[in-house]
Amino acid sequence: MSTFIEKLGNIDRRIIFIVMALAVIIPLAVRLTLPIPIDEGPSKNMYDAVDALPPGSTVLLSFDYDPSTMPELQPMAIALAQQLMTKDIKIVSLALWPMGVSLGNEALSYVSDSLGREEYVDWVNLGYKTGGGVLIVRMGSDIKSVFPEDYSGKSVDEIPVMDEINMLGDFDMIISLSAGDPGIPAWVMMAGDRYDIPIGGGCTAVSAPQFYPYLGTGQMLGLLGGLKGAADYETMVRIGVDDPPAGTATPGMAAQSVAHLVIMLFIILGNISYLASKKRKGGAK
Amino acid sequence: MRLAIPLMITFVAGMIMIFQFFVPATQSIGETLQEWYMIVASFAIFLGSVNLLYVHTHRIRFKGRNWKYSPVTIIGFAAMIITGLVFGIEPGKPFDYMFTQMMVPMGATMFSLLAFFVASAAFRAFRASNWRATLLLISAFVVMLGRVPIGAMIWGKIPLISEWIMQYPNMAGQRAVMIGAAMGMVATSLRMIFGIERSYLGGAD
Amino acid sequence: MLFVLPLLVFAGVLFAQSGGVTSEENSGSFVQSLTAEDARNDAGGGIDLTWTVAADAALPDSMVLERSCEGEDWAPVCTLAPIDSRKTDGELENGQEYSYRIVPWTDGTAGQPSALAAAVPIKQWINSGRIGMLIILTIISLVIFYYIEQGKRGKDLYIRRIAGLTAVEDAVGRATEMGRPVLYIPGIMDMDDIQTIASMVILGRVAMKTAEYGSPLLVPTCRSVVMSVAQEIVKESYLQVGRPDAYQRESINYITDDQFGYAAGVDGIMVRQKPAAIFMLGTFYAESLILAETGRSVGAIQIAGTAMPSQIPFFIAACDYTLIGEELFAASAYLSKEPKLLGSLRGQDAAKLFFMVVIVLGVLTATLGEAWAPAAKVAEFLKTITSVE
Repeated sequence: MSTFIEKLGNIDRRIIFIVMALAVIIPLAVRLTLPIPIDEGPSKNMYDAVDALPPGSTVLLSFDYDPSTMPELQPMAIALAQQLMTKDIKIVSLALWPMGVSLGNEALSYVSDSLGREEYVDWVNLGYKTGGGVLIVRMGSDIKSVFPEDYSGKSVDEIPVMDEINMLGDFDMIISLSAGDPGIPAWVMMAGDRYDIPIGGGCTAVSAPQFYPYLGTGQMLGLLGGLKGAADYETMVRIGVDDPPAGTATPGMAAQSVAHLVIMLFIILGNISYLASKKRKGGAK
Repeated sequence: MRLAIPLMITFVAGMIMIFQFFVPATQSIGETLQEWYMIVASFAIFLGSVNLLYVHTHRIRFKGRNWKYSPVTIIGFAAMIITGLVFGIEPGKPFDYMFTQMMVPMGATMFSLLAFFVASAAFRAFRASNWRATLLLISAFVVMLGRVPIGAMIWGKIPLISEWIMQYPNMAGQRAVMIGAAMGMVATSLRMIFGIERSYLGGAD
Repeated sequence: MLFVLPLLVFAGVLFAQSGGVTSEENSGSFVQSLTAEDARNDAGGGIDLTWTVAADAALPDSMVLERSCEGEDWAPVCTLAPIDSRKTDGELENGQEYSYRIVPWTDGTAGQPSALAAAVPIKQWINSGRIGMLIILTIISLVIFYYIEQGKRGKDLYIRRIAGLTAVEDAVGRATEMGRPVLYIPGIMDMDDIQTIASMVILGRVAMKTAEYGSPLLVPTCRSVVMSVAQEIVKESYLQVGRPDAYQRESINYITDDQFGYAAGVDGIMVRQKPAAIFMLGTFYAESLILAETGRSVGAIQIAGTAMPSQIPFFIAACDYTLIGEELFAASAYLSKEPKLLGSLRGQDAAKLFFMVVIVLGVLTATLGEAWAPAAKVAEFLKTITSVE
């Protein structure tokens, strides 16, 4: 007869779900906060690369995600926009995913309003076009033919921020916030490798491991991976700022800490049960 | 003839795309082909919408299995299209309201299910059954702790070790899979361009 | 025809033309040395401009790049930021000479223009930055075709057992015994993704099995083009095994382009229809585990396969069989056992061996190169031929 410990190995997954839910809800409800340590790594590299851009540079910000991955990627978008606009770097944004247009607009308008920046002078949202990698290749030679108007129908010829932008090579950096394809790989292969433009990115935590080879080869200058990357960036953007804006990623890290501990606890329980069961079977031989 | 024409189209299109990558003077032909694909893909969006409506109206008409869900799909589909067309999609309009107040939370809900499924899958899969599995388990623990602030609170070096695992052993594995997969992609492409692989056309020989 | 490409290398080198480079210095202007050069490796119509600025001069408000074609009047091309140092002018007429100058503007007044620079845009016939890749591609193709030829001649080609593919027939058979459908998920990408194409090829084979066994086959898709292709493939497969009557067009349907909307839709199908066998083959992202865990919860036998490195661990944790990376592309050959296709697999392996040798050689020479110059040269050569511009 199997013991209680052995039964733990076959625990109903609904119990795991309930415990996980509590592990996320309780830290958020009690507003538990933990300090975010900033170490050398892809997030810091990303921040330093953006920080090194001179005022007046232009960065292409691509919103390649949709609402489902918003909790991880939207805080990155806001923190990046804050850093860029504070440094007087112009932003040209677009979306390779249809729903990225609204999300990009939301993040850019929010930051622009809070910092007193002006749409079309400091930033513009060109909107969405289908095509992914094909679209990027076409933008390599002529952006204005691919995006003759911005998302609201205003001609790009009437938009000051687009005055000096005709092709991808005119950008000082491209940053893709990507939840899948088309996203970072397309920008790295079609823009970074072909036109030698520095590429940075942000992605969901589950996709982050796949982009480490690009960091290793220097094809990407930095990477924000998941909520951790977003919280790192929020923390770095706040350093030295008198009245730092509230971020959503940093409070989430406490909940994520507890959730990780709970998963580890379940794995330990599962292994105790497994070893107990193995021992009993071995003893019975 | 039924097979010959599609095979010829595949061959010509495939060769043009290879040529234009190496021969800049032929790039415009490649760009034209890519534009054609974009146009076809754009039209296919209508095809998808028509299919969606067909499948669900068919299910309602013939009272198919679980047909009661189909009206919900059709109403949701119509509501988004009509509000978008009638009122526009600018912020503050009904379409935008439905997008931010319904689509966004529903999408985020689906994505957040991952947390639960990761927990249950990890619980089931991570067993220290041999030394390799034990090594994997230890690495997973270090990375899990290194990705959250509590790891640094336990021991300041955990995030650094976690980053090392990500940058070296993880990257080596990722590269191996990527290179192998890239070889598979090249071989598959060549098989299709040269008509060796034909099963996708319904003819095995 | 592919082997015509190397000839192009020689032709390109032989007929390589320079678009002409001219530059002068103007010490009185903010922009001191302007250089114009035909843009490298382009289809023509492009001129690269680079310049340096006076180090001690005050920054102008902006600069205007002006162009003149063969003695015509100067026309503005674009406004440049004072910090810019390069620009590519495009959409020019090949063979015409274009002159350029940069005019600095301060407080609405034009400053002294830079010296002139002129160049002639020319169409290039070979991309010099991709010659190494062309050579490698030719070698790989030759190796693959050699083994395909060997396969055609009937040479016995061993292929290792791939558990996930061996299980395909069992999975379909199980679904038939249980009277439940087979669910085939071709990933979330469009037909321009090679993994989706590979998945469609496997779908053809799986559809033949479901047609033979008489099991219902459900194929929910995330893209409309994939739906159309899947319908055609399944129809052809049913026709081929003599069961066109069993083909049901509406069981291959489009759900939504939205990633998690699709995941929700497929999860719903799993929970309601309780398929006995689930195939997840193609490109998957974060939805992989949501699909695989739901599939597992309904008790289905699950065969997954993807070349997305970050999703493979999720499939391994939640599925019965997982095709890792290249195994997905080997599936069609494995399932058909056609000598030509098996030959291409052998060729693929040989090409992989070639890459392994290059990698090992690269690592060794780069390491030795720290202390021994000839090894560093070899490492540099390997780096050059394996780099792509």
